[in-house]
Amino acid sequence: MHLILFLIFAAFCLAGAANLLLQSHPINSALSLIVVMTSLAVLYLLLGAEFLAAAQIIVYAGAIMVLFVFVVMLLNAGREDRTRGSRAARAVGLPAVVAILAVLATIILRAQGLGGVALSQGITTTEELSRVLFSELLLPFEVTSVLILIAILGAVALARNDGERPAAK
Amino acid sequence: MNFSSLLQQEVPVAWYLLLSAILFSLGVVGFLIKRNLITVFMSIELMLNAVNLSFVTFAHQWLHCDPLLSQACMLAQPHAVRGQIFVFFVMVVAAAEAAVGLAIIIAVFRTRATLAVDRIDLMKL
Amino acid sequence: MNAPLHLLLIPLFPFAGFLLNGILGSRLPRWLVTTVALVAPLCSFALVLNAARGFMGFASPVAAGPYIETCPYPWISVGTLHVAFSFVLDQLSLVMLLVVTGVGFLIHIYSVGYMRDDPGYARFFSYLNLFLFFMTTLVLAGNVLLMFVGWEGVGLASYLLIGFWFQKQTAADAGKKAFIVNRIGDFGFLIGIFLLLANFGTLTFSEIAAKLAVNPAWQGGILTTTALCLLVGATGKSAQLPLYIWLPDAMEGPTPVSALIHAATMVTAGVYMIARTHVLFDHSPFALGVVATVGAATAIFAATIGLVQNDIKRVLAYSTISQLGYMFLGCGVAAYSAAIFHLVTHAFFKALLFLAAGSVIHSMGGEQDLRRMGGLWNKIPITFWTMTAGVFAIAGFWPFAAFYSKDAILFAAFQQGTNGQILWFVGLVTALLTSFYMFRLWYLAFLGKQRSHDAHLHESPWSMLGPLVILAILSVCGGWIGIERFGRFLAPSVGARQAESTIPHLELYLSGAAVAVALLGWFIAYLLYQQKPQRAAQLATALPGSYKLLANKYYVDEFYDAIIVRPLRVFSKYVLGWVVDGAILGGAAWLLAGVATFAGAILQRWQSGNLRSYAAWLAAGAAAVLLFALVPWGTVWPHSVELIQKVAGH
Repeated sequence: MHLILFLIFAAFCLAGAANLLLQSHPINSALSLIVVMTSLAVLYLLLGAEFLAAAQIIVYAGAIMVLFVFVVMLLNAGREDRTRGSRAARAVGLPAVVAILAVLATIILRAQGLGGVALSQGITTTEELSRVLFSELLLPFEVTSVLILIAILGAVALARNDGERPAAK
Repeated sequence: MNFSSLLQQEVPVAWYLLLSAILFSLGVVGFLIKRNLITVFMSIELMLNAVNLSFVTFAHQWLHCDPLLSQACMLAQPHAVRGQIFVFFVMVVAAAEAAVGLAIIIAVFRTRATLAVDRIDLMKL
Repeated sequence: MNAPLHLLLIPLFPFAGFLLNGILGSRLPRWLVTTVALVAPLCSFALVLNAARGFMGFASPVAAGPYIETCPYPWISVGTLHVAFSFVLDQLSLVMLLVVTGVGFLIHIYSVGYMRDDPGYARFFSYLNLFLFFMTTLVLAGNVLLMFVGWEGVGLASYLLIGFWFQKQTAADAGKKAFIVNRIGDFGFLIGIFLLLANFGTLTFSEIAAKLAVNPAWQGGILTTTALCLLVGATGKSAQLPLYIWLPDAMEGPTPVSALIHAATMVTAGVYMIARTHVLFDHSPFALGVVATVGAATAIFAATIGLVQNDIKRVLAYSTISQLGYMFLGCGVAAYSAAIFHLVTHAFFKALLFLAAGSVIHSMGGEQDLRRMGGLWNKIPITFWTMTAGVFAIAGFWPFAAFYSKDAILFAAFQQGTNGQILWFVGLVTALLTSFYMFRLWYLAFLGKQRSHDAHLHESPWSMLGPLVILAILSVCGGWIGIERFGRFLAPSVGARQAESTIPHLELYLSGAAVAVALLGWFIAYLLYQQKPQRAAQLATALPGSYKLLANKYYVDEFYDAIIVRPLRVFSKYVLGWVVDGAILGGAAWLLAGVATFAGAILQRWQSGNLRSYAAWLAAGAAAVLLFALVPWGTVWPHSVELIQKVAGH
């Protein structure tokens, strides 16, 4: 059953990612990405990370992607034009990606002693997670809260409309 | 087949990692191919998610390995949950990054009136 | 000599004067500049006199040895080469120092009056003191390298002083010419130093002399080459053929400079150097012959040019070259003490002549052309009488100074076999010419009708006349010491005089001949310039060819210009200028810049601002890093080779 679940939701991930690439309207791409994220949440659950699965849905799919959709609608982004902007992107970039994927795949498939994932292996509880998070890693946790504060300030400062100043041409 | 044997079925860790690698590559391809600024940004989010998946996979692996079988497992097991905590942090940072990045995109759109990546190629806004 | 003689201070006093006047001179009041300028050579002179006192006590040649003073700081100490700052005082350097500091001091006093109205007053004295510093270093040097330092230094001082009025183009050119021609001679000197070092392993005079003394069999060969190289240096500094061309042009400098440097002291450095290294020359008869020939040839050559010059200082310049030829002749016949004797007397009367000429020029308000002078004898009497003493001295009349010294040289030359007699004859003819042109100068400048109608004629101040009188007295009685006593005194440093000739009273006959030709020269000058003054001009128009040849100095300068200067200019301009500088160096720079610009232009296209392009290159870089780090290249390569072979084998 684990296998079936894995295959289904891995397929969803890949389909969503492929669709993201193939769609020309950004709103479609955003919705495909939401599909990917939700599938990933299920995969996290299969891997025993219940808190992360929830966080993925709540934060990623529920907040970040919603923000993306908001911005797409705010800016009224339309379909992409078929412009040929950069030859290097295709000529250099795509082979590079192929090379990266090849190297990673080779290493992954050749690795020894990786073991397997089974549903019976249990779930890492939120309590275990938070025990480590709030004792050993308390400082990074606090720092990230400062980071979020800075991000809020930055976003507000960058995106606000300066009163009478009309939008630049 | 009964429920317990179904539960015992194993999916090799390598498959999860492979999925993660493929998602990452798709993210890079999206970054290279897409012409809309927001879509490019979304590809970046895809890359981040792929990496998150590999972190969680490894966390699981080290949490459920047999410490008596290998030295590495014995050393790693106490800290394996950090893989998941790292994902947590990645999510936080991705959220912050998305907020600020989208604010920048809005600011760029205000002055350039275009979201085409190829047309935003001057440092001067 | 038990008390220390402080030889080191002899050069250092003038050097201090140079520094003081050079750096602060323009800001000090004039009386202070004068005091500093005069005190420095006076202190040196006092030290020299003190040293002389020590030497004079030892009359016998055996007891007195050279006094060596070495500065404790080592100069060069590399491998087997050890050169120190060592100063040596022996009879030869003592005599030279007396001349340098004594006459130098007198000329300093003279300059106070001569340069009184010159804006560069302090600069002049600082240069004079600098010259004294280098000259005393040259004289006192105990090794060839230190002497070379002084050698170069006096060349520098000469350049500075010749071009003292540097705003005048001719003066600046003359300074350059002097320095460059000296440089050519110095090149020979340097080769000589290298040869000395290679063959003797040491540069100290006493050590070289010792090595040569214990090996009397070493003759000719490499010693001749070394001696000839040193001779090249001496011809440059002492203005002999073929490097004499700078001395007449050097008359562009102020007259005291001509007197000090180009008459009494610097130009005699070549003679001094040959006397210093006489042991080397003694071992090479061929080199000695060359020295004598060069000297005699120069003497007569310069004398012929001096016959028709119209500038009073030019006449004296060629006279100096001629007299230096005499000194070289003396060295060439191994009569070193005679040559030095003539050096001393020449210093007296030539300095006197130059200073008196300067006084004449000063009185005439700057006029230097003989054709515009005349009838000055009662207007500037003291100048006239002192100059007369000088003229009689140089002509070689008894009992004036040059009579004794010139005689000694000619006597020694006569005794050297047939070649010697030829040289003696040349010397005799030169004496005739010398007497003629000096009396020509005397008649044209002082006697006859007054050709200038300048009412400004006045006698010079006593600061100028005082040294004239002292030098005149020295010119008269300077030779009375006699060559025998002088030669005995110098023997420890330059070797003993040769034995007397077998023919009795030979010396008397030769002296008589010399005086006779001197009288003959006077008489001819009287005929041409005093009795009927037009005779000279008629003679010149009667022999236009030879007159022009002599008046244009045998066109030597033009010759050098054609075969050396012009090709050098062409070479510099076209080969070095266009090819090397333009094509090669400029081309290399252009190439470098071009490569950089070109590479920049290519690389610039990378910075497109295009986000996707950047991303692509990022991905490529990441791929490269991954490939490099994660692929085990050591095992991949053989595998891929096998793979290729397998694939190819199918």
